[in-house]
Amino acid sequence: MSTANGGHHGLPRLLAGLKPGGRPMSLAAHHRIHGPVPSIAPHQLIEEVERSGLRGRGGADFPTARKLQTVADRKRVGAVVVNGSETEPASAKDRLLLARLPHLVLDGAVLAARAVGSSEVIVKVGQNATDAVRAVDDAIMERESERFRMSVLTGPDGYVTGEESAVVHYLNDSTPKPTFIPPRPFERGYRGRPTLIQNPETLAQLALVARFGSRWYRELGTVADPGSALVTITGAVRAPGVYELAFGTPMADLLDAAGGRTEPLQALLVGGYFGTWVDASAAVALRLAREDLRSVGCSLGSGVLIALGESACGLHESARVISYLAEQSAGQCGPCVYGLRSIADSVGALAGGVAGPRERERVLRWAGEIRGRGACHHPDGAVRFVESTLRVFASDIETHRRGRCTARPAGLPLGGSAVEPPGSRVAGPLAGARRGLVR
Amino acid sequence: MSAILRINPIACEAHGLCAELLPELIRLDDWGYPILDEPEVPPDLVGLARRAVDACPTLAVLLDES
Repeated sequence: MSTANGGHHGLPRLLAGLKPGGRPMSLAAHHRIHGPVPSIAPHQLIEEVERSGLRGRGGADFPTARKLQTVADRKRVGAVVVNGSETEPASAKDRLLLARLPHLVLDGAVLAARAVGSSEVIVKVGQNATDAVRAVDDAIMERESERFRMSVLTGPDGYVTGEESAVVHYLNDSTPKPTFIPPRPFERGYRGRPTLIQNPETLAQLALVARFGSRWYRELGTVADPGSALVTITGAVRAPGVYELAFGTPMADLLDAAGGRTEPLQALLVGGYFGTWVDASAAVALRLAREDLRSVGCSLGSGVLIALGESACGLHESARVISYLAEQSAGQCGPCVYGLRSIADSVGALAGGVAGPRERERVLRWAGEIRGRGACHHPDGAVRFVESTLRVFASDIETHRRGRCTARPAGLPLGGSAVEPPGSRVAGPLAGARRGLVR
Repeated sequence: MSAILRINPIACEAHGLCAELLPELIRLDDWGYPILDEPEVPPDLVGLARRAVDACPTLAVLLDES
C-alpha cells in the first residue's frame, strides 16, 4: 500500500526490498522500490527536512536541517562527506546500508550536496569493510550519467578515526586523528572549505524525506522522535543483527525483533561503547525514544543495543571494553592517554577482585576530571560508559572481592572482530516483515 | 570585558607552568595535566592569565579576550 506521493506505509522503509544475503541493490531495483530522486529546490529540501524532525544518526543526534542550513549559509562550500567509518565495534547498520543499499545513501548525499551548494560527494569507509567499498564503487559507476563527482575513500580502522574532525584531518593530510576545534568542519573542513559531514543512515533517511515528504516521515515514531531508526541489536538475543524499527517502540519489542532473549537479562548497554548500561528491569520499561532514554541518563548514540545475559559478568565484560577504549585513544591528549589507561587498570583490578570501594571512588573522581578535556569526545564517551558500569554493577565489586563471581564470558565484540559483516546471515522472514531485519 | 581561558589538549605536554602561575583557576590532575574548573577569568586575574599564556612552552594555554 502506498501513500498519495508513493511512500510505503509502515516498515520497512530504508530496508525495503532488501533480499537475504544478496548482492547490493542495483540502481534499477532501487528506482522500482523508491522511485526516482525528485527535483527539489535547495531551500525546499532543507525546510522539508526541518519539518520531518530528522536528526543525525551517527551518535550526536544533531538536527539535520540545522546542520544543512549552517553549511548552506557559507560561501565556497566544499565536498559533502558521507562518514561511513562506523568504528563502533558492535554497530553494523552503516556498513549494511553502504554494502547493500548504496543508492539510497548516494541519493541522500547528492540531495544534501545540492542543498548546501556542493558539487562533490566523498564516501569515507573503513578499509576492512570491503563489501561496502565495492558496492559504493559499483554504484557510483552505475550513476555515471548523473555527472556528479562522487568517490570512495578508504581509511584505517580505529575507534576515533570516525570522529568528524579526524575524518577531515584524514582527507586533508592522511592523518586519521581528531583536531583541536574550532574550527569545526562546517567552518573549515576538506581543503579548507566548509564541509558537510553526515552519517550514511541520516542521508538514507533524507533521501526518503525528499521523496515522500515530512508528513509521510512522521507517520511512524513519536512527535518528538519521528520516523524509523536502524538499530544493531546484539548480545544475548537469538538473532543478532540490524533492524529497522519505529521510534517509540518498547525495548521489549526490540529484543523480540531480534528473536528474543536467549536467557534472562541483567542489563542492556544502550548506545554502544560510548553508551550507558541500564539495569534490565528499568530498560525493558523504556521505549526507543530520546525522552525515555534520557530519563535513565542515556541516548541511542549510533543505535547499538547490547543485551547482557544473567550468566555473564557485567564487571568483567566492561573491564575488557574499557581497556579497549583506552587502547583506542588517538594518543594526542594527556587526560585521555593517561586517564583512560589508569581507569582501565583500576576497573581491571575491581573485576579481578583485588580492589574495592576506595578504588571505585578513585575511578569516579578520575572520570569526572577527564570529562571534556580531550580535543574530541573520545574520553567523554569512555567515562560515560565507565560511570554507568560502576553504577549498574556496583554490587558485583564486592562479590568479586570475595572471589565469588561464577559468570561465563559473554565476549562483547571488540575491534569489530565479533561482528559478522552484515548480510552474511539473515534472521527471520524478510518479505513483508513488519520490521525490516537483516544481518 | 570577559576573558575565557582554554587549553589545547593536543598541544599540552604537562609542563605545569600554568598551574604554578595561575593556581586560582588551574590545578593539575594526577598525571600533571591542567584542569580548568571555571574557564571564565575574573577581571583581576586577567593579567596573571596572560602571564600563564606566555609562559607555556607549547603554547597550549589560550586566552580569548573579547
